[in-house]
Parts: sequence; C-alpha cells; structure tokens
Amino acid sequence: MKSAEFEYFRPSSVDEVCTYLANGDSDAEWKVLAGGQTLVPLMAMRLARPTHLIDINRIDALHGVEIAADRVVIGAATRQRVLERTPGLADALPLFAKALPHVGHFQTRNRGTIGGSIAHADSSAEIPLVALLLDGAVTLHRKGASRIVPIRDLFLGPMETVIEPEEIMVSVEVPIWRGAAGSKIGVGFHEMAPRKGDFAIASAAAQIELDANGVCIRAAIGVGGCGPTPLRLHDAEALLIGQTPTDANITTAIQTIDAKIDPDSTLQASADYRRRVCPELTRRAITDAVTDAQSKSPS
Amino acid sequence: MSTMNITITVNGRDRRADAAPRMTLIDFLRDELRLTGSHIGCEHGVCGACTVLLDGDPIRACLMFAVQADGLSVTTVEGLEDETGALSAVQDAFWETHALQCGYCTPGMLMAAQALLHENDDPSDAEIREAISGNLCRCTGYQQIVDAIKLAAKTLSTERANA
Repeated sequence: MKSAEFEYFRPSSVDEVCTYLANGDSDAEWKVLAGGQTLVPLMAMRLARPTHLIDINRIDALHGVEIAADRVVIGAATRQRVLERTPGLADALPLFAKALPHVGHFQTRNRGTIGGSIAHADSSAEIPLVALLLDGAVTLHRKGASRIVPIRDLFLGPMETVIEPEEIMVSVEVPIWRGAAGSKIGVGFHEMAPRKGDFAIASAAAQIELDANGVCIRAAIGVGGCGPTPLRLHDAEALLIGQTPTDANITTAIQTIDAKIDPDSTLQASADYRRRVCPELTRRAITDAVTDAQSKSPS
Repeated sequence: MSTMNITITVNGRDRRADAAPRMTLIDFLRDELRLTGSHIGCEHGVCGACTVLLDGDPIRACLMFAVQADGLSVTTVEGLEDETGALSAVQDAFWETHALQCGYCTPGMLMAAQALLHENDDPSDAEIREAISGNLCRCTGYQQIVDAIKLAAKTLSTERANA
C-alpha cells in the first residue's frame, strides 16, 4: 500500500502547470495532485501510477468562492470544507449546502477539493451529481488556450471525463436559481451508504421551484451510483412540472426511473438492490424538496 | 528518484529531514521522526487511525505526501499533553471512561475529538458521532468514546468557568 515512485513538482501558477503538462514526453504520465483524497488511495493501491505529480495546492488563483448575482464561481482547488462553510452558500446553492455534509468525512473534506471530486467523475460522488443538476460548467486551461465544458458533457464513464491530459481544471461555475416573483425553492438529498460518509450505494438529489399557487414550475432531479455517471432524470422532472406535487404524482414521476438507470452489482449491493433503492431515495429527495419549498417565504 | 529536504513544524518544533516524494506524511512522522503515536491502519483513507492536525485542521496523514507539508504545521497525538507531560482534558476523559481497549484507533479518535471541541464546546451526541464518523473502532465500542468526548467537553467548560 505504498505509491510507486514519482517526481514531485509544486508550481505557484496555472501557467507553470500548463507548461509542465504540455511538455510531458510520451513515456511519462503527468498528473495533477489537488486534495489527494481520491488520487492518493488510487496510487497506494497502484491503480494509478503517475511518474510526475504536479501539486497545485499552493496556487492561490485556484482557491476561493465568489458568489455573484447569477452564479457562484468556485476555484477548482477550493477545499470542500471551505465551500461548506462559505457564508451565503445555503441561499445561493442550497443543494450544495445540503449535499456537502455527505461528502466523505470532515477529515477528508478538509483536504478534498471541489474540482478534484468533479474531475474524478465517480458516479456515486455527491459533488458531480449536484453540479450536474444545477447546470454547472468547468473551465479547463491548457498552454495558450482555455475552454468551458458544461458538466452534462464532461463525464464519459466511471472515473473518465473529456478533460485532456494537457488540461487542468481551474474553476467550476454554478448558476444560482433566483426564482420567479412569488415562487419558492426547496431542496432534498438522500443517500444510502454502509457508514455515513462512505461511498454511497445510491444517492438522489432534487431542487424544486413552486409558484405562488404551489405548482411546480422548475425541477432538477438526479441520481448517483446507479449508472456509469451521475444521471439527470429529465422524464421525472417533466412529469412534475406544471403539477402540484402530491404523493400520487411523485409516485408517477419515479416510475420512470427504472428504465433510465443502469446500476452495477458490487460487493456492497447488487444491481437489483440498487434498482429498488434508487426510486425510493428519489421519492424522499423530491418530497423533502417540496416540503422545504413550502416552508420558505416567497422570493 | 531524488529526495527532498523538507521542514515541517511538528508539535511546535521545526523538524528537518529528507523525504522521497512518495513517502506519506504518516510514514514520515513515524519512520523519520520516530513519532509512533499516530497509527497506520488502512493506508487508503478509510480508518482514520492516522488523523493529525494540519495547520489546526484534522486530516488523514496517509493521504498526503510528506513533501506537501513542507513549511506547514502538524500536531500529532504526542502534542496533546502539556509541557509537564500531564494528559490533556480529552486524553484524561478517554482514560476516565475507558474509551480505549486495544488503543489502535485511539490517536485518531483523540485528534478528531480535539478538533471537534476546538470548534464546538458543547457538542450534542449526534455532533460527536458525526465528528468521529470517519474513525473506525473495532473493539472498544463507540459508546465509551462518545462518553469520553462529552466528559472532556464538561471538564473544559468547568476549566473555562474557573479561569
């Protein structure tokens, strides 16, 4: 359980990182090290074996949370714990505020980063799921160029993204739901794990907007751990929008889930079990989101 | 592969040594500095036995390379006692309530408890269980550990009241 040998670099700017990544020769595997809460275990188990590691933890430009009028911009190396404690997060991104306490344990949130969690694209991880549901996007830099990739186009499969070896994620942008006049927004998040903070067997998240009459006018619903990537459930959303959410129409909405998910069997749970758990967790997440919205004062 | 010369402030003292990049912080503390109070359990971030404070925040020392801590400050379980060697309130409470049996998870539990009480001087049972949720115990039983942290909170609040 020791990492293979590697060369270590600790640059102080994103430009230096891009230069290193661009100059990597074909025999070398250069890898960015952020919080290390996913990469270091992978290295210890020799599932990852980078020859050159670029530690980005001390690059100031990659840290920080900026809450603007319509979006939150999060530096890729911002610690999960820092975002969790950012004043105003619960108002701006209530679904993040709800999901972050489920991310690992507080010892791992003190090191783990927002960008790192998204870059590793674990289907059962909370941050990729909520970033997907809120229509987030990441900014990727490479030497001399940069591009913005919506989260919905980022994940290719388990632990696999469209991020190229020469690229580094510098920030994550998440739009804020401001809500129509008189509407209310609520969130729900549920997951099942063998121990609180462990990898989720399955998870579900929902953010719902109700108008002044209690009719659902906007919904973002999705699940983790039930397919190769986190999954947004557009069919379930469509069945709720335009309706006053009741137990009956939430039940109708979650009946669409089974056809959309593609869970694997693992040591912790079989695929069949995940198929049973996933709709129920989604029901709870939606129900919580509706109750949460109803308890708010109108915007 | 080259080694790097690094300086880490450990329990208030600057410690300088050579480390290969792949050496984890926990191996550095135990093997280079001979601070064997922090334990190695799973070596991949699951058990919490290696928990130390990095600039005051609890982290897993098996998930960080020693070279990454160059210039930073680390507190280990050896840093909990005072200069006379007297146990800290948290350590004393673990002793008092029999919150350790084999002792393997204890250094991690102590550091997690220390970090919790630093932020929250009157934690509820639920908050205590949340704070130690990242630390596995396989023999003592969590109940005595929860009792110990409650007792430590009480001792510390009495000390503050009398100060």
